[in-house]
Formats: sequence, C-alpha cells, structure tokens
Amino acid sequence: MDPIFLARLQFALTIGFHFLFPPISIGLGWMLVIVETLGWRTKNDIYVRMGRFFAKLLALTFAMGVATGIVMEFQFGTNWARYSTFVGDIFGAPLAAEGVFAFFLESGFLGLYLFGRERVSKGVHWFSALMVAVGATISAFWILVANSWQQTPAGFDIVGGRAVLTSFVDAVFNPSMGVRFYHTMAAALVTGAFFMAGVSAWQMLRGKGGDVAPKALRLSVLFGLVFSILSAFPTGHEHAKQVARDQPEKFAAIEGLYETQTSAPLVLFGVHHDGTPPTLKATIEIPSLLSWMAFGDVNAQVKGIQDFPPDQIPPLWITFVSFHNMVLLGMLFLAVTGLGLLLLWRGRLDTARWYQWLVVVVSPLPLAACQFGWVAAEVGRQPWAVYKVLRTSDSVSVSVGAPEILFSIILFSSIYLLLGGLYLFLLAREANHGPEPIKGVA
Amino acid sequence: MMDLATLQVIWFLLFGVLIIGYAILDGFDLGIGALSLFVRDPRQRGQHMDVIAPVWDGNEVWLLTGGGALFAAFPPVYATVFSGFYIAFMLLLAALIFRAVSFEFRHKIDSPGWRSFWDYAFGLGSLVPALLYGVAVGNVLHGLPVTKDATGFVWQGTFLGLLNPYALLVGVTGLAMFLTHGALYLAFKADGPVAQRAGRWAPRLWIAWVALWALSTMATVLVSSWLLVGLLRNPLFFLLLGLALASLVAIPVWARSGSFGKAFLASSTAIAAQIGLVGLSLFPRLVPSSLDLEGASMTITNASSTQPTLTAMLVIALIGMPLVIGYTFFIYRVFKGRVAPGEFYGNHGVPGGH
Ligand code: HDD
Ligand code: HEM
Ligand code: HEM
Repeated sequence: MDPIFLARLQFALTIGFHFLFPPISIGLGWMLVIVETLGWRTKNDIYVRMGRFFAKLLALTFAMGVATGIVMEFQFGTNWARYSTFVGDIFGAPLAAEGVFAFFLESGFLGLYLFGRERVSKGVHWFSALMVAVGATISAFWILVANSWQQTPAGFDIVGGRAVLTSFVDAVFNPSMGVRFYHTMAAALVTGAFFMAGVSAWQMLRGKGGDVAPKALRLSVLFGLVFSILSAFPTGHEHAKQVARDQPEKFAAIEGLYETQTSAPLVLFGVHHDGTPPTLKATIEIPSLLSWMAFGDVNAQVKGIQDFPPDQIPPLWITFVSFHNMVLLGMLFLAVTGLGLLLLWRGRLDTARWYQWLVVVVSPLPLAACQFGWVAAEVGRQPWAVYKVLRTSDSVSVSVGAPEILFSIILFSSIYLLLGGLYLFLLAREANHGPEPIKGVA
Repeated sequence: MMDLATLQVIWFLLFGVLIIGYAILDGFDLGIGALSLFVRDPRQRGQHMDVIAPVWDGNEVWLLTGGGALFAAFPPVYATVFSGFYIAFMLLLAALIFRAVSFEFRHKIDSPGWRSFWDYAFGLGSLVPALLYGVAVGNVLHGLPVTKDATGFVWQGTFLGLLNPYALLVGVTGLAMFLTHGALYLAFKADGPVAQRAGRWAPRLWIAWVALWALSTMATVLVSSWLLVGLLRNPLFFLLLGLALASLVAIPVWARSGSFGKAFLASSTAIAAQIGLVGLSLFPRLVPSSLDLEGASMTITNASSTQPTLTAMLVIALIGMPLVIGYTFFIYRVFKGRVAPGEFYGNHGVPGGH
C-alpha cells in the first residue's frame, strides 16, 4: 500500500480521536469555572455538589485527552520526517510553547483542583479550576497557531529547501490564526455545554438527578445558546470570509461553487459528479447570497473550482459535505438551545421529558460538528501540507515503510477502540450514579 | 541579539535541562509504577498510585516540552531520530497511553479482574518507558546509522539494530536508576508498610544501579572511545564525575539513617550529574553517526534552527519556565506529607479498605 496514504490515514485517525476529548475538556472546564464561581460566591451547596460531580467527568475526559495527545506530540517526527525538517524552524516553537505555557499549567492545577479541595482555601481551589480552563485555552491557542500557519503561512522565507523564520510575530498571528482560534473555542464551549446538558437531562429522565441536575440543565442550556450563537456569528461567518480571502480554491470546494460567477449563490444542497470538468447537480441555492456573505457585495465575483489548475484543488465531495453538515448542525444547536430558553421562560424545562430526550440525543453532536469542521479545513487544504509551499506527498518520512505505518495504525486503532469503549462505559456508569445527594438525605 | 553560536550552545544546555527535569520528576513516577509490579496486595498497589496521583501528569509534561523543544531547536534530530526509532517509539507511546489512563480507570470499578488489568497497565506502562529511555541513550552513545546527502540526514538502520547488547546494558542501567529513585521517593512519601518495604528495597536497587553504571561506563569507553577525546582535559568533566560519585555515595548513607528525603535529593543529583556526563561527552554532537562520525554526525551547528527561532524560543523559556517552577513548587507544598492508602482515590471495596 501507498505509504503516503497510510501516513495520512494514521494522522487522520489519531488526531480525529484525540480531538474528541479536548473540546469537552475545554468547554466543560469553562462550565466548571462558572459552576465553581457560583458555588463559591452564593455558598449554595447545590453548586458545590455540581462541581464535584462534573469534575469527575472532566478528569475522565482529560485522561483520555492526555493519553491520545502524547501520540500527537511525537507523530510529526515519526511519520512526517520530511515535513518536520522542512518546517521545523517555524512549526516546533508553538509546540514547545504549548508545553511551557499550557500543559504544565493545566496538568498541575488539575491535580490541585481534583485532589486538593480539602487542602486549600476556597479561593485557591476556585483559582485552580480557573487555571485548568485557562491552560486548556492556551493549549488550544498554540496548537492552532501551528495549524493555522500550515493553512496560511506567513513570516518566513524559503532558504536552502527549508522554511526559515523571518518574523515570529507574523508567523504566530498569521492571517487565519485569529478566526480559527475564536471559532474553535466557540465550538469547544458548545461541546462542553451540550455535554453537561446531555448528562443532566439523562439523569433527570432516570430520576437520578436530585436537586443538582435541573439546575445544571438550566445553566448549560443558557450558556449553550450563547455559545451556539457565537459559533455561527461572528466566528463562523468571519472564518468563512477569511477562507474566501486566503484560500479561494478551498472556499469554492466547501461552498460547492464550480463555475466562476458574479452574484454567486449560496449552495444549500447539491450532488457532486466527477468528470472533466467536475460538476454539481440537483442544487438548491439562494441567489447572490454567497457573494454578499464573503465579500459584502451582492455583485462580487467568486471564483469557481473549474477555474483552478486541477492539480491544486482539494477533494471536492468530502469537503463540501463536511462543511455543510457542520453548518447544519450549528443551526440545530441554535434551535435546540433556543427552544430550551423558551421552555425555561415558560417554567417547563424541568418537566418537559420530550425536551430532555431531545437534549440527550443532540448532546454528542457538537463533537460531530467539530470533526466535520476539521475535515473541511484539513482536507480542504490538500494537496498541500503547507498551503502553496509544501505538498503533502513531499512530507512523509522516507525511512518509514508501509508495513511499519500499518503496524502502528493497527496498534493505535485497537488501543483507541478499547479505550474509547471503556470511556463511554465509565461515563455512563458515573452518569447513572448521579451527583451526590444532600448530606443526611437519601 | 545573541549570536547564533551562543544560542546553539544555550539550547543544547536547555534541552539537557528538560531531559534532566523529566528524568528526575517522571523518573520517580516510572520507578514507583514499575515497582508496583512486585507488590501483591491490591490495596498497596493502589497506594503506589496515590503517592503520585496529583503530580504525575505535570511531571510527564517535561517530556512533551522536551520533544517540542527538540523539534523547534534541532528539527533534523527530531525528524530523523524519531522516524528511525519508529517501532520502538510506537511501543513507548502505547506504554505511556496505558499508564496515563490507568490512574483514572483503575478505581472506577470494583472488581478484582478489572483492578488487576489496570495494575498491569500501570506497572508495565511504567516499566517499558523506564527501560526504553536507557536503550535510546545507549544507541545515541553508540552512534546511530545516519548518513548525509544533499537532501539532509538519512536513516539507514533497522529496528533490531537498536537492540544491540551495549544499548540494552545502558537500558537496564537506566531502569535500575529509575527503580532506586522511585523506591526512595516511595519510602519518603508513602506511609505504613509500603514505605517500609520501599526503604528495604532502595539500598539493594542502589547496588544494582552503581554496578550497572560502572559496567556501562566501561562499556561506553570500549564501544565509543572517541567520546573521551578532550574530555579528560575538561575540568567540568571532573566536576560532574565528582558530583555523580559523591551523591551516589550519599544515597545509602542517608537511606540507612532513615532520611529518605535527603537520599531522594541525592539520587536526583546523581541522575542530573550522570545525564550531564552523557551530554558533556557528546557535546557539540547531538547524534553521532556510526557510519561517518566526522561527516554525518548531527551537531548543534549543522542541525539547529535559525537565530530568530532560537531567540524566540529563549524568550518563551525565560518567561514560561520560572512560572512553571514557581507553581510546581506551590503544588508540591500543598500535597506535602505522607500519603495513606486510598488518600486520593478511595479504596472502593478493596479488601482492607474502608
Ligand atoms: C499542528 C498541526 C495540526 C493540527 C492542530 C491539526 N492538524 Fe490535521 N493535519 C496536520 C496538522 C494538524 C498535518 C500534519 O499537516 C496533516 C497531515 C498531512 C497533511 O496534509 O496535513 C494533517 C492532516 C489531517 C487530516 C487528513 C487530511 C488528508 O490527508 O486528506 C485530517 C482528517 C486531519 N488532519 C484532521 C484534524 C483534526 C480533526 C484536527 C483537530 C484537532 C486537526 N487535524 C488538527
Ligand atoms: C496535532 C496537533 C496536536 C498535538 C501535537 C497535541 C498534543 C497534545 C498533548 C501532548 C497532550 C497531553 C498533555 C498532557 O500530558 O497534559 C494534549 C492534550 C490536550 N490537547 Fe492536544 N494536541 C493536538 C491537537 C489539539 C487541538 C487542535 C486542540 C484544541 C483546539 C488541543 C487541545 C488539547 C487540550 C485542551 C489538552 C488537555 C487534555 C484534554 O483536554 O483532553 N489539542 N495534546
Ligand atoms: C453555524 C455556522 C458555522 C459556520 C458558518 C462555520 C464556518 C466555518 C468555517 C468557514 C470553517 C473553516 C473551514 C475551512 O478552513 O475550510 C470552520 C471550521 C471549523 N468549524 Fe465551523 N462553522 C459553523 C458552526 C460550527 C459549529 C457549531 C461547530 C462545532 C460545535 C464548528 C466547529 C468547527 C471546527 C472544529 C472547525 C475546524 C477548525 C477551524 O478551521 O477553525 N463549526 N467553520
């Protein structure tokens, strides 16, 4: 088998699995900061027990994130040796910075947060929760710096067949860095809020929620609504404008625009047909909307796929479908949390079982949206590993053969399958167990 | 701005500091984990985990940061060596994965089979890395099968080539070192029978460590005599050697009198000095080539990043590391004192628990 294909498969599997956990950790981490703040300030015991309960789920998730993250840290060297040599001057620094500024912080204070409740003052304990969330956020920042640089490289020169740094600040604050960070953070917050909502709704349905779950559901639906809005507007919208500006062939691919047009329509649905040139059939579109959304002008010209050199366009179908699914899910999250607000306002959130079921079913879907988003972004970057600078086919390790990569794919797939299953199992057990009841009662 | 040559030396040193930090801190975690394989009582095995529960992940981050720093400062080394060590690396990663989740998983379900599975995950997940690190160092000291052509450094080795007797000897030496170090920390930090047993283990493990270290030092001189060139005229060499010997001698002295905290500091110093000796003998090489020592070795000059990168990284390190060291001290202080069985994870119905 083709080592390049295997190396890509290996990377997609391991990063895709890793990225199931950080969005929960980041989002739940911030939800816990909110809960702990309420617990500390209002002295209401409900929030203290809520914090204790969700901290256990955070610990479980975090452990999975750590275990799968270690693989990522070394993966560039093992599988992408030529890539690592080519970009090392630029790409390594954010990874090191992530260790120095983020991993120490989150892991150190997570230990304090989980095990130190009785050993430090309430203020210091609250601070440790804050540092866990801040650490996770800084971690996201630096790793997204590295990724964004691949998407929209800046602050470098090519010297002797290697990228060399000319400006650290330009490389860090490259054109897609800001929007990618905000949008990914919004996505993580949506994920965390839905995670909390899903677990709470499940407990209420099973009669295990006590007095904690209804309050947790209220809190997470409210914040879920705020975060869902943020994920679409401004962060999602601004991100789309950035892609239109910086990566026009990717933009055409994710939007399903095949022919260059003025007053380009927004394609809601379409079926891709291979061919020369490739075409999109059975489309449902809103006229002129794409031109307006991307460039603020209904008459703006948007370049279509057919006008780019064929060896420089990404796989079309998968990027189109992933992107549209992400946006569709984003709309669904808005609708579900919006409905929740309505019920809350009518005082029916605690009793509407059908709504609690809805929340349970929808609660894992932000993770799907996150994966769709990344697939759109990363597959949309192909055939480049570093956009317009280094091709993916020139990035793999020469010394590593197909059998070795296959070995590691099988090794990690089996480990991840096992651990993923156990994670779900343990999560369900903890959720069924429910938060601690009030002392003395039950 | 500092000139490139100075920055390259600084980053050689800082990389060494990260390795030493990792070996001292996660070193005792690995030792304690591996030692748990030799404990029968599940409650006491659990206590091995309790002792390091709040801090082990922070300790592991030294490795991750070291990996990032190597990538940033010496990218060809990161790329060539990691892809060359491919299979060994995958085994290392698998071990670290199992160790990482064992802490969270073991205590969640009250069944002997489940617990014993995660006890093995914890124990082997610690033992395998503790062994492999030394094997890696042995291979580097031996020289790695790298050549150089117009495109850069090229790996010529095989997985089995990494398992040569000399490298395995260094691997076992590293293992003995981590086991001694872990036993000392356990004797200092646990309470009850676990601490007493660790206190009895420590001096015996120490003998193995000293004997193996002496043996592998002699073997190193035979296998890679070029490492000695210039070394015997370097005062720093004698300083580090003296430090290594003095702290090694101090370990059993303090351990006998029951001052395990001090003995642990002595073994930390010994680890630092021994790694320092390895670094000093390699300097300015990072990876000597076994095929073409003069022409194809990776050095701080021919394998480094550029001046702007090394400068940016230095700024990051100077801002970040004092903060890290500050709050790490704070966190260790919060958790000072001896750790009882079930202190952090509870006993979950393990026989003898409450
Ligand atoms: C720091 C860099 C970085 C970051 C943060 C991510 N990726 Fe990425 N990704 C890469 C660096 C990279 C890469 C090393 O550059 C790859 C390998 C080959 C390539 O073209 O890009 C890649 C490829 C790649 C592929 C395969 C694309 C293909 O070969 O067609 C997928 C599906 C993902 N990634 C998914 C993700 C997900 C789900 C992420 C969310 C966390 C993610 N990536 C973050
Ligand atoms: C290829 C890129 C990536 C690498 C090399 C990587 C590396 C790592 C490593 C080594 C850890 C374990 C740290 C520890 O021991 O405490 C980790 C955990 C984590 N990573 Fe990643 N990671 C990558 C992608 C991402 C992305 C894209 C995000 C967020 C946007 C992210 C966020 C986190 C967070 C928040 C944690 C803490 C554990 C958790 O929350 O699950 N990582 N990562
Ligand atoms: C609702 C409207 C949304 C819009 C308009 C939108 C827009 C975008 C755009 C344009 C990209 C860049 C894709 C590329 O580079 O090809 C992106 C990526 C991404 N999206 Fe969304 N998105 C939306 C909702 C969501 C939601 C709800 C989630 C998750 C809960 C999400 C998660 C992600 C992730 C994880 C990425 C990849 C990282 C990145 O490039 O920022 N998105 N999104």
